[in-house]
Amino acid sequence: MRVVLTRIFAFAKVGLFMSIFGIVLREIVYRRLGFVLGVFTIALAVGCVLGQLLILEQHDRRSEVILTVHEAAYEKELADLEDDIRVFTKNLGFNLVIFPKDANLAHFSSKGYIDSTMPQEYADRLAKTPLVSVNHLLPVLEKRVFAPEVDLEIKLVGTIGELAIAKKGKKKPFLEPVATGKIILGNELRRRLEGKTKPAGGTLNPGDKITLLGRVFTIHKLQPKHLGPEDTTAWVHLKDAQEIFDQPGRINALYALGCNCSAGRMGVIREEIEAVLPETQVEEFETKAMARAESRTRAAQTRKSILDQAGKERTELRDQKEAFLGVLVPLVTLAALTLLGVIAWTNMRERRGEIGLYRALGWRSSQILALVLLRALVVGVTGTVLGLLVVLAAGRMQGEGYDWIATHGIVLPVLLLGAPIASLIAAWIPALYAARQDPADILQQELT
Amino acid sequence: MNPAILRLENVSKSFAGPRGEVRVLRGLSLDINAGEFVAMQGASGAGKTTLLLLAGAMLRPETGRVVVNGVDVYAAGAEERAHCRSRHIGFVFQQFHLVPYLSVLQNVLAPGIAFANGETNGRAEEVLARFGMTHRLHHRPAQLSSGERQRVALARALLHRPALVLADEPTGNLDLENGRIVLDALAEVAKEGAAVLLVTHDPGASARAHRVIPLKPVEQAASLLQP
Repeated sequence: MRVVLTRIFAFAKVGLFMSIFGIVLREIVYRRLGFVLGVFTIALAVGCVLGQLLILEQHDRRSEVILTVHEAAYEKELADLEDDIRVFTKNLGFNLVIFPKDANLAHFSSKGYIDSTMPQEYADRLAKTPLVSVNHLLPVLEKRVFAPEVDLEIKLVGTIGELAIAKKGKKKPFLEPVATGKIILGNELRRRLEGKTKPAGGTLNPGDKITLLGRVFTIHKLQPKHLGPEDTTAWVHLKDAQEIFDQPGRINALYALGCNCSAGRMGVIREEIEAVLPETQVEEFETKAMARAESRTRAAQTRKSILDQAGKERTELRDQKEAFLGVLVPLVTLAALTLLGVIAWTNMRERRGEIGLYRALGWRSSQILALVLLRALVVGVTGTVLGLLVVLAAGRMQGEGYDWIATHGIVLPVLLLGAPIASLIAAWIPALYAARQDPADILQQELT
Repeated sequence: MNPAILRLENVSKSFAGPRGEVRVLRGLSLDINAGEFVAMQGASGAGKTTLLLLAGAMLRPETGRVVVNGVDVYAAGAEERAHCRSRHIGFVFQQFHLVPYLSVLQNVLAPGIAFANGETNGRAEEVLARFGMTHRLHHRPAQLSSGERQRVALARALLHRPALVLADEPTGNLDLENGRIVLDALAEVAKEGAAVLLVTHDPGASARAHRVIPLKPVEQAASLLQP
């Protein structure tokens, strides 16, 4: 105990001024270049690892912002697209068609209309029923018939536009209504009638009178070219069609457009209609309206897919960066260890005579070991702090706070402890070599 | 009669050379008592430095024993030998061997770290004052003359009042005046009770010793012994 106290007292008297640590500090000041090289090596390694973390953090944040912006843009674009689809397909057809009970569906498939009829009153009855799902009702009498005026079999569609459904109020007409005595002409019909009624180069215009199926009509509207059945179709008022076909008060189809938000609700609509009109059959009409509903679903799926893909790409990019970090960290550590080892070895060789002298003066091998390792520790701690400060400063310059380090949990403490320990490990072999040096070997070389 | 501080008994040492083994010392025996100033004189290659390292507990002989202040130094372990050096032996080298980044005072205190043996600034300043170095306490070795450096080295060797002082050509790089100061100091140390072994090829330095032992190369010595 007394010996220990004496030593402590002696150390206190000599103090830091003449402790091994004091000697280490003086040696560092004396051989600045080696120290600076060692510090830069550690700082570079620490900076490299922390810098990677900072880059990953920034990548996460920026990609989050980009993803959010893209998500908003996609949402808007796809909502616009959905809207466009809704508007574009609005006039193209219906989801369901109501036929007379005895309708020959094969005829409908081959000719595009039903050859049997049902009372027009069905349409009124259905319209007066508070249907939950059906938004639009369109009674129609349509047939294909040969028109000698255009020398062509045409489709004549008689309609009164849309019926108001009870409790839903008057809606904007789903199909443009045609007044009695007026007609809408498909493009091919217009072309043929122009050829017959106008001089070369003359055109038909709304308000002009034409004769079709032996009846004079005033042109209400001329349809653009569709390159489809519409080009040989003429639309007239239902009453006119009933008179032409000599079927007053009769219709052969009642088109019903169901809910326009999901293709999955067709069953509900069908049940509602069949309950009101038991003498009919309700068929799902594979029209563009179906495609419309499907398009919407597809648009929503596309949106989800695009966003999922963007998220996946972001995750993949991050994984790649993490994998790169996983390779970089061991490589940087190995390179730093090697370089530190070389620096420590060079330093030890440079101090060989000095170490021999300390040994000659009676220093124990543990004290020589401490002399070399303490220096390595100072290099490690200084380099770690420098590397950390540089990365924090760089982060601040890029607008980062300090909280990004906390998000990486254990990394910082591991790094703060690991870098100085790595420095010690690198100096371990040179330190052992120095501690085991026989002072006679060194001094003999120095003395002779 | 004073006790023997340094005892070499039948000590031999050889080294591997480019043309085979070179025997430097063969069967050397020597006693140096407390208060005795002994000069070992010989030409280059005679084994003076080898003898000094053997006596300083730094070079193990192939045969024989080295006893310093009663301790058989090569029978002990490395740490005990280090302890022996820090406690009982003071070294003075021709090349001074001062640590370049320590001040004069710190250089003198350096042995004190070895075993935290309580040598203080006061003692360091005392020995430095003895050699007229008070005004240079905080200078670096590079700022000193050769003579001053050797005086600092001498002060460092005497810091812990060693029983044995080993000096290897301490005046070899000095002018006459500084050489005289060093030799005076060694004589003074011997007078105070320490054993001093001076290794030199300078007859003038040897003349200051109580006893001069000529050291010849082994081959030559062997031939001289032949009838």
